[in-house]
Amino acid sequence: MITLKINGKEHTVDVDPTMPLLWVIRDIIGFTGTKFGCGKGLCGACMVLMDGNAVNSCLMPVSTMEGREIITIEGETENLQALQKSWAELNVPQCGFCQSGQLITATSMLNNNPNPNEDEINGNMSRNICRCGTYTRIKGAINHCVEQKNKS
Amino acid sequence: MDPIKNISRRGFIKGIGLASGGLVLASTIYSFSKCNSETELVSEFNPNLFVQLNSDGSLILVASRSEMGQGVRTSLTSVIADEMEADWDRVIVKQATGDSKYGNQNTDGSRSVRILYQKMRQMGATVKAVLITAAVKYWGVPESECTAENHYIIHTSGKKIGFGDLVDIAKDLEIPKKVILKSPKDFKYIGKNLPSIDVENLSNGSAVFGLDKRVPNMKFAAIKRCPVTFGTVKTYDKTDALMVKGVLDVVEVPLLRKAFGSLGGVAVIATNTWAALKGRDALKIEWDDGDNASYNTESFMSTITANVQKAGQVEKSIGSVDDAFKKANKFVDATYQLPHLTHAPMEVPNAVVSVEEDSCEVWAPIQSPQAARREVANFLKLDEAKVIINVTLLGGGFGRKAKPDFIVEAAAISKAIKGPVQVVWSREDDIQHSYYHTVSAQYLKGALDSNGNVTGWLHRFAFPSIGSTFKPGTNLPQPWESSSAKDIPYDIPNMQIETGKADAHVRIGWYRSVINIPHGYAINVFADELAYEAGKDPLEFRLNLIGKDRVQETNDQYKYDTAKLKHVLKTAATNAGYSKQLPDGHAIGLAVHYSFYSHVAAAVEVSVVDGKLKVHQVNIVIDCGTAINRDTIKAQMEGSAIFGMSLAFYGKITAKNGVIEQSNFHDYQMLRMPDVPKIHVEIVESNDDPTGVGEPGVPVIAPAIINAIFKATGKRYRSLPLSDHGLV
Ligand code: FES
Ligand code: FES
Repeated sequence: MITLKINGKEHTVDVDPTMPLLWVIRDIIGFTGTKFGCGKGLCGACMVLMDGNAVNSCLMPVSTMEGREIITIEGETENLQALQKSWAELNVPQCGFCQSGQLITATSMLNNNPNPNEDEINGNMSRNICRCGTYTRIKGAINHCVEQKNKS
Repeated sequence: MDPIKNISRRGFIKGIGLASGGLVLASTIYSFSKCNSETELVSEFNPNLFVQLNSDGSLILVASRSEMGQGVRTSLTSVIADEMEADWDRVIVKQATGDSKYGNQNTDGSRSVRILYQKMRQMGATVKAVLITAAVKYWGVPESECTAENHYIIHTSGKKIGFGDLVDIAKDLEIPKKVILKSPKDFKYIGKNLPSIDVENLSNGSAVFGLDKRVPNMKFAAIKRCPVTFGTVKTYDKTDALMVKGVLDVVEVPLLRKAFGSLGGVAVIATNTWAALKGRDALKIEWDDGDNASYNTESFMSTITANVQKAGQVEKSIGSVDDAFKKANKFVDATYQLPHLTHAPMEVPNAVVSVEEDSCEVWAPIQSPQAARREVANFLKLDEAKVIINVTLLGGGFGRKAKPDFIVEAAAISKAIKGPVQVVWSREDDIQHSYYHTVSAQYLKGALDSNGNVTGWLHRFAFPSIGSTFKPGTNLPQPWESSSAKDIPYDIPNMQIETGKADAHVRIGWYRSVINIPHGYAINVFADELAYEAGKDPLEFRLNLIGKDRVQETNDQYKYDTAKLKHVLKTAATNAGYSKQLPDGHAIGLAVHYSFYSHVAAAVEVSVVDGKLKVHQVNIVIDCGTAINRDTIKAQMEGSAIFGMSLAFYGKITAKNGVIEQSNFHDYQMLRMPDVPKIHVEIVESNDDPTGVGEPGVPVIAPAIINAIFKATGKRYRSLPLSDHGLV
């Protein structure tokens, strides 16, 4: 039995301890906002926040997640909600499939660096692929979000 | 411009049905070719259900085409809402199931808006007319005193009544025979920037893609398919697989040798996806690889390259190219080679299928729900009426999800295990068992006179045809696969288009902008080569090559228009600063192409420093007739630029002994944020009929990059991807 803390709630699961967190979240607990894109840590679709930092949940054995604070796209944390608002304002998503991961990576970046410059944005966001090519809007929405936060 | 908001969109996720008691309008299939403001309804009614107005004022509009990021759920429904004078904030979009009553639902060919625009307008205008009649009855006033505005009917006296309050009267009224369409200048949503109706759900994890669908009792399945296309299972041992925790069963999936049939293999069924994948790894299978084990893309490229060096089958000939070459002051020739590509939509193929005794229900991200229905019904030997195809959101499609093979697989497994199952493809499955964009060789030869004018043009190409997927053995392009070379809008007196033979050894399928990729590439790069050989500026040369203003001679309702083509090219060049001084080492390359009835040009600024390419700016100009949703069109052009850059930089699928050598995003790479250039999009103002948007932005990107690299470095790259040349 493994106990996980996801979006502020505890979930106890009986699974193969090597099962990646991604599949526990999606198939066992049932939060489907976290996506599967490659299963190899290459695309970022599966990003979740682990103690505030974005990790590829497809690579994290669930057994190593005990005692960690996991936040998924369905969860609440200041920067995530602020970014989601910017995402909607700039109409960022096309198909939307990569966007949970993009938002989590961006949240993690802002958690660690509230005023990223262009290179820092590029560097952080290069962990995520968007096949639809929404990159310019993602960048725009991150900048917009930072501006709004700095204003308030 | 302020985006128009829709606050009631959450309704879709909650699962809104077409409840009884509403005003449900059946729509006819309208036939007309012109954009008249007054059109007649064809008396024959089709039971199409697109509009439901509820007495609480909520308005459910049905999207009959699949949403894969191109914004169709928003654009099509906003057209109805506009003509109806509905309040967009009251609109809830419902996705149609796969059913011929909705007309053709194939979401491909960049044609959803083009084909449905007028029908959606008609539908909206018809509802508005009924509501006005209802208000006239209610108030007992003349019709001429009533108008519709923002979900109300308003009387000249100033009194008004909400659409919802008219439902009870309206539902007993007759549908008018004639309706007046709005004048474009009065459009409220059409031509504006409407955000996606799904934008919030797509940003908070609540949107349901195929992969997110869950039904009670559902199991998960992963299939091991033969590494070689159409190979079959000889024997297999499932012992180890069954020992994996969570694995429930192992079943064989049949190979169905038809266009959309299942590839066949061995499926592992489990309580979760991970267990299914792990169980699959533990299978021991002996394969009969079959004939396609001979497929080596490297030697295949040599074969088709040799084929285009010799005379082929003539598809079109005007004047005499032989004469032109004899009389030429100079001739130029070049051979272009492009590899296989695969779509790699962010969401892998997947499907949930529940087969019951005498019925079947499917939930899947599918571009062709009717083909899916037909294939599943055929496979299960059921009446189509017994098969329900629910279309989920698609996490990208690009043509891959137009082929319902993955749904047939799920149907086969659900039938075998007698319960609902979700088939999940891994990324490796997706890359190694796709319907590949074709591999091609093209030979072009041009004649120049002493003034540098092009007097002869020979274009010969060989590539495995999509026709081979439907009719095995097909080894010449289908007529439509030649058209983007045949209908080239250049004013050249002697022209010949020829095709060469090429056999298919993998499933060949359409991929965003299809054959326009190789044709657009070769034609644009070759035109640039000719310009330099003629000693002319590529822009001037190209405008001259397109020649005088004229429209295509064709029976097609849509025709290319060389004035539009020159306009988009000139505008793209101007927007890019073509004639301005650029930073040292920077250069701009151009490309222009007509596809999916849209005229598109790109001007791309690059530099090559220490042998490494950087794309600084992409300028795209599109003339797609009436722009329905400007922001969506802009987004599609931005996406096309990235899609085109990905294929130019990295796109290459190779096969060795019939096995695809790439497997995931490390060896089939995608462009990422650090390489993204500035992208500028201009949409030409037009009131002409709307034309394609989703695909026509792609073909111009790669050739514009190649032409820019040549201008910057003097090196001409005739094959892709650029990673092969060490440039990225
Ligand atoms: S699914 Fe985890 S990085 Fe792609
Ligand atoms: S929006 Fe489709 S993959 Fe990013």
